[in-house]
Amino acid sequence: MNKPLFIATENKITPLWGRRQWMLLLFIIMVTILFGRAIYLQIMHTEFLQNQGDARYLRTVAIPAHRGMILDRQGEPLAISTPVDSVWVNPKQFVLSQTGKLANLLELSVSSVKALISERQQKEFVYIKRHISPQLALKVKSLELAGVFLQREYHRYYPAANVTSHILGFTDIDDNGLEGLELAYESQLKGTFGEKQVIQDKYGHIITEVKSVQIPQDGQNIVLTIDKRVQYLVYKELSHAVQVYHAQSGSAVILDVQTGEILAMVNQPAYNPNNRENLDGEHYRNRAITDVFEPGSTLKPFTIMTALMSGQYTAHTLVDTTPGSLQLGQYTIHDSRNYGMIDLPTIIQKSSNVGASKIALSLPKQQLWQILTQVGFGQRVDSDLPGEVKGHLNHYKRWYHAEQATLSFGYGISVTLLQLAKAYATLGNRGIVPTIHIRMTEKAVTPNNPIVSEQVAQQVLSMLERVVQPGGTGAKAQVTGYRVAGKTGTVRKTANKGGYLENDYIALFAGLIPASKPRLAMVIMIDTPRGDSYYGGDVAAPIFAQVMAGALRLLNIPPDNL
Amino acid sequence: MSTIQLLLIRYENRQLFIELQQLQQQRDQLNIEWGQLQLEQSTYAQQDRIETIAKQRLQMRLPELYNTIIIKP
Repeated sequence: MNKPLFIATENKITPLWGRRQWMLLLFIIMVTILFGRAIYLQIMHTEFLQNQGDARYLRTVAIPAHRGMILDRQGEPLAISTPVDSVWVNPKQFVLSQTGKLANLLELSVSSVKALISERQQKEFVYIKRHISPQLALKVKSLELAGVFLQREYHRYYPAANVTSHILGFTDIDDNGLEGLELAYESQLKGTFGEKQVIQDKYGHIITEVKSVQIPQDGQNIVLTIDKRVQYLVYKELSHAVQVYHAQSGSAVILDVQTGEILAMVNQPAYNPNNRENLDGEHYRNRAITDVFEPGSTLKPFTIMTALMSGQYTAHTLVDTTPGSLQLGQYTIHDSRNYGMIDLPTIIQKSSNVGASKIALSLPKQQLWQILTQVGFGQRVDSDLPGEVKGHLNHYKRWYHAEQATLSFGYGISVTLLQLAKAYATLGNRGIVPTIHIRMTEKAVTPNNPIVSEQVAQQVLSMLERVVQPGGTGAKAQVTGYRVAGKTGTVRKTANKGGYLENDYIALFAGLIPASKPRLAMVIMIDTPRGDSYYGGDVAAPIFAQVMAGALRLLNIPPDNL
Repeated sequence: MSTIQLLLIRYENRQLFIELQQLQQQRDQLNIEWGQLQLEQSTYAQQDRIETIAKQRLQMRLPELYNTIIIKP
């Protein structure tokens, strides 16, 4: 019954034997090929394959680092980075029919999301929406859509918004500083990203962490000398004035005269750094350091200071300003009326251009130039704020005759508002130039050498007090309970094509308070006021009074005039 | 023996890893909350807001100089 598998008959062995041998040979060849392939892959190609395998599962993931905060001098946050999520999609895994759900939740148009994804069909990464709130991110997560992922990022918020906009600047969407102090302190604020290796499944979920390659390093916090409360006060009064006078722009700076700390710096127009759509450089510019102007009469105190220092003048020296004008070559210098024989304090109080010119012309050029340079005109302030310009002051060897005279009342020289504030702070600090800074420093700053004697600084200061008293040009800068020293300025604006504009002025006021021992210097500039008045004493001086009434109380500076 | 030990350690590793992940998530969550609270606080502490409330709702005003006593140290 059983059929034998093969019949071992002598005569039939040959064909079967041959077949068996062929089969054997075939098997041996196949096994050899397999082994060969295995050896080839395992030994010669192992690294490549290992990498390929790892690449599918092992990923290096960045761990975002926190950007440092910017704080004011009281520790109030001015710029904070908070975690937010960005939604991204892997187009290879994303099912296009889900677009509607996702787009609705994110308040995007369905077609634009579709276009975005199909455009990058070959890529593995497309941002759909960046910086969404954590609450919204949770909702996206709960949709559980394939190929939709969240990425942790940080968004910068500025709680004080417009009030501190120009000082702080802002960051781009990746939290890199672009403007202002965000840019200047970028290296310290910015943290370093960490990296970790993880194993992911094909949906991109992290299964296990293999090792951390680099631990993230958070950025440093930076403490500024700015006082948020004072800053707000200045902002409020300045924006009010710019509005009332329909001015083009306005700036104000407050310095602590002894320490050189910048307590407040405000420009108008300002912008909201939290929402920067449709804004241009006009808004971003920190005018207090990037724009120069001619300081006009606010420079006169430094002319008088030089006069007193030279020894040629005392506070009682009389200067003849008749007939109220002075002819210098083709130029004529005017006073608003003929003041006759007046002493130095009256030249300051009445702001006599003729008086200042006559004094300047009688002084050695070099000495005048030296004083102006030493108080910081034509020199960079180096306060750390980016974009600062240094203004312009000609070297005295290149002065022509009339220039020496016009300089004495602030024409033919261009300065920034911060430079002017620094110069007045020097006056208030008894002739010692303070080191201007905006970042709190632990170490004590070594005081500079005085550039004028304390006595001279004191004399100029008491002359400036007369400006703010009744009858002076700056009477509107009076602050109840305090003695104020200050100087007004009303400067004609230069035309782009040279010369001066007929009806455009810059209104200035620079003040020191309390005058018995100055603590604060404040300078205010209103560019092109268009209202009932354009005089520095009418437009800028009241801002000083209003800001200081609040600032002195906030800073606990006792009244010196009761 | 060592096989069982290996398994035990693997298991322990996984447990600890889950705990680590949970704690990290918790930390992130708290960080988010902290950031939001900071923002909220600074929004409420906005100077103009306080000023308006003090002046209008609470009828507060600054003391005049004549009813201020200055104590010199």
